[in-house]
Amino acid sequence: MSALIAQFINLLAALLLMLSFAMLAQRRILTLIHLFTLQGITLVLSTTVVGYVTSQPHLYYSALLTLLLKVLLIPALLYRVIDRLRVRREVETLINIPTIMLLGILLVMLAFYLAQPLSQMSSSVARGTLGIALACVLLSFMTMITRSKALPQVIAFLSMENGLFFAATSATYGMPMVVELGIALDVLVGILILGVFLFHIREQFDSLDMSNLEQLRDE
Amino acid sequence: MPLDFVLWAVLAWLLIGTLGLMALRHLKLVARVLFPAGALVGLCLFGAAALALDTPPHTLILPLGLPGLPFHFRLDALAAFFLMLIGACSAGISLFAGGYFRQGEGTPPGLLCFEFHLFLASMTLVIIADDAYAFMVFWESMALSSYFLVIANHRLAEIRRAGYLYLLMAHVGAVGILLCFGVLQAHTGDYTFQNLRTQQLPPAAASLGFLLALFGFGTKAGMLPLHIWLPEAHPAAPSPVSALMSGVMLKTALYGLLRITFDILHTPQWWWGVVLLGLGLATALFGVVYAAVQVDMKRLLAYSSVENMGLMLAGTGLAALFSAYHMYPMAALALSAVLYHAFSHACFKSLLFLATGSVLHATHERSLGKLGGLIRTMPWVAWLTLIGTLTSAGLPPLGGFVSEWLLLQSFLFTPGLPNSFLNMLVPVVAAVIALVAALAGYTMVKFYGVIFLGQPREDKLAQAKDARWLERLGMLWLVAGCLGLGLFPAPLLAFTHETMHLLTGTSLAEVTQQSFWLLIPVAQQSASYGPIIFLLGVVSCSLLAYAFVRWFYHGQLRRGAPWDCGFAAQTPRMQDTAEGFGQPIRQIFEPFFTLQRELPSAFDQAPHYRVQIFDPFWNWLYQPVVLMLNVCSRTVGHLQQGRIARYLLYSFLTLIAILLLVKR
Repeated sequence: MSALIAQFINLLAALLLMLSFAMLAQRRILTLIHLFTLQGITLVLSTTVVGYVTSQPHLYYSALLTLLLKVLLIPALLYRVIDRLRVRREVETLINIPTIMLLGILLVMLAFYLAQPLSQMSSSVARGTLGIALACVLLSFMTMITRSKALPQVIAFLSMENGLFFAATSATYGMPMVVELGIALDVLVGILILGVFLFHIREQFDSLDMSNLEQLRDE
Repeated sequence: MPLDFVLWAVLAWLLIGTLGLMALRHLKLVARVLFPAGALVGLCLFGAAALALDTPPHTLILPLGLPGLPFHFRLDALAAFFLMLIGACSAGISLFAGGYFRQGEGTPPGLLCFEFHLFLASMTLVIIADDAYAFMVFWESMALSSYFLVIANHRLAEIRRAGYLYLLMAHVGAVGILLCFGVLQAHTGDYTFQNLRTQQLPPAAASLGFLLALFGFGTKAGMLPLHIWLPEAHPAAPSPVSALMSGVMLKTALYGLLRITFDILHTPQWWWGVVLLGLGLATALFGVVYAAVQVDMKRLLAYSSVENMGLMLAGTGLAALFSAYHMYPMAALALSAVLYHAFSHACFKSLLFLATGSVLHATHERSLGKLGGLIRTMPWVAWLTLIGTLTSAGLPPLGGFVSEWLLLQSFLFTPGLPNSFLNMLVPVVAAVIALVAALAGYTMVKFYGVIFLGQPREDKLAQAKDARWLERLGMLWLVAGCLGLGLFPAPLLAFTHETMHLLTGTSLAEVTQQSFWLLIPVAQQSASYGPIIFLLGVVSCSLLAYAFVRWFYHGQLRRGAPWDCGFAAQTPRMQDTAEGFGQPIRQIFEPFFTLQRELPSAFDQAPHYRVQIFDPFWNWLYQPVVLMLNVCSRTVGHLQQGRIARYLLYSFLTLIAILLLVKR
């Protein structure tokens, strides 16, 4: 039973990694949001499963919170934003996609290399997935770097938080409830503030291209 | 308890300052009540410190400041001497300030009053601080309060710039002092001076501590390559503040150096003395040569302060040299000279700066080229300043002569150091000191002659008004100091005996028999000085000459026009100017100067002559540092491109680097 469940968690982890790669390669904002929502669903599933295996009820709350926030509320907010700003079209990346993918593979290797000693210390059922979680964080970071528009950067930032969350549940059965609530609230407030910023940037420069901010530099 | 009196005085000053804040724009109240009250407190401090000289050291721990780090205070003979100096000088300066500050000088009078008294209180607390923590806190509050006083007239960009330079140098120096305390505590983690005193440091560590202290306190004292702020900040500040900074604040640096070299490190090494001596002499010579060619009266006095601090540093170096060779009586003699000079410099330099303040208010001119003949319109200021200039020039029977004479005595009558190289050096050094003293006299003749004597160079000078009574009173008090220090050296030198005992284990009184009338530094047969006898001699000679002319010559007064060299159309502008007076010095010391000169052509209808003298250390030392900093900051500036992707990349790379580091 437990071996099967461990396999299931590994499957979910692999799915998460695939989704991160997909986000890395994705040009369209709308698809990015879909991918982000899928990532949230995967997280909800994995958290529930880990909670079921270890019979820790607080993981259920945490899963519920994830469901509300990352699957429902934030995607809804993001849809609204792109509706208002009318930025459904494609955005170009700073480096071409194949190069990014190759760099991403290197990053995954690095993440596994880094996570190896840590996952040996951990005793959880899902300890093998720590490397994947770290890889997700790094890949999202990479996504953030390679986009020039504000909205994909915001989505990548949120997906980075997903990676962190996954690392927390898989390695240590989740953070304490207080910390988790705090982070959830942070993400919520963060997305609201970023939304406001997006509107202001748009108002100022008539576009969401971040290269406009170069004008703000002090000579 | 004298220490309690001192703390009460500090509290009273702080209270006066706070009252000043409340009466922010009530000039009458601040000037007529608060500043004179501050002067009274200064007198009380003087009295308390004089009492403390003979009593054994007294310590006190106040539970103020950070938890677990209380302020330690200690009042011993060295601290008491410097407290006397602060009390005596600040009394005169505060009185003068009461008459000086006027409406509309940038900062409201109440705020000035607050900063002024905070400055006084911090200087007092620096002197009695007995742990490094308290010392640094008060040292900083001293620097900050004086910074705000310097930029009192902050609407002028030039003054803001001078203030910034001062603040910068003050903090560079403070870092040196902080590091010095760090070396001296020798890993014990206990920063009380009591602990620092008991540490037996290895010679290398002690030397490092000494050099750091020299750097830190040298910055404050205006030692040679670090003097750069002094000629900028002193002219920028209002005159009472310049007086306070030059007369009193520079002495806190001397105090710190003496405290660390002789009290905390207690065994100087011989080369420390040589370093101090060399730097001191270079400073003195540089200061006096530059003072001689200045055309701004306050800048001239500022360079003269550099010179005097140089003399004190040289004397301290000699004392350290003697101490290192266990020649304590000679060390005591040199240190007495230094302390005496500190006191007389405090009196006359404060007096001269106050005088420039009165002249500035009466004429709105700082440039010597536009003054002249003020002795007719401002007799009070002129006569009081005369005493100050004579003291500064080191003429008997005034205060400056006594200290310079004592310093020369300690150089010339040394019975021989055990190091033959140094033995050769000492007479040369004495010659340089004599040269400095002579040039100082030259500078003072220029200062006094161009401002007060001759004919007024501008028409508006005829309307100059003399100083008011509070200003006169303040200056009179300082003149009394100059005269007293000159006429009664033996009894006043007795005040330094306890301090000498503390620093060198012996004092002049134990070496030679002292009398009230005669000052005998080494031995009766080698040299002695009786200023009263000298004064009587001078007065009787003058009276005799007067009587001789009056009674035996024809005795009639005849007034006539002076010979005009055959050129009848003379104007007051044809008098010897400040530039002209300094010209020989500029010729002789030409290689020292960085000049910029504009000479008129022979056919110019409206000829202009302009010469500007720059401090060479700007080019030699400070410009390269500024250049290097600029290059560095531009290099770092390349990192900042304003692209968010790039900033994210930086944090990404940092993250990966840290992860790899943790992995290892």
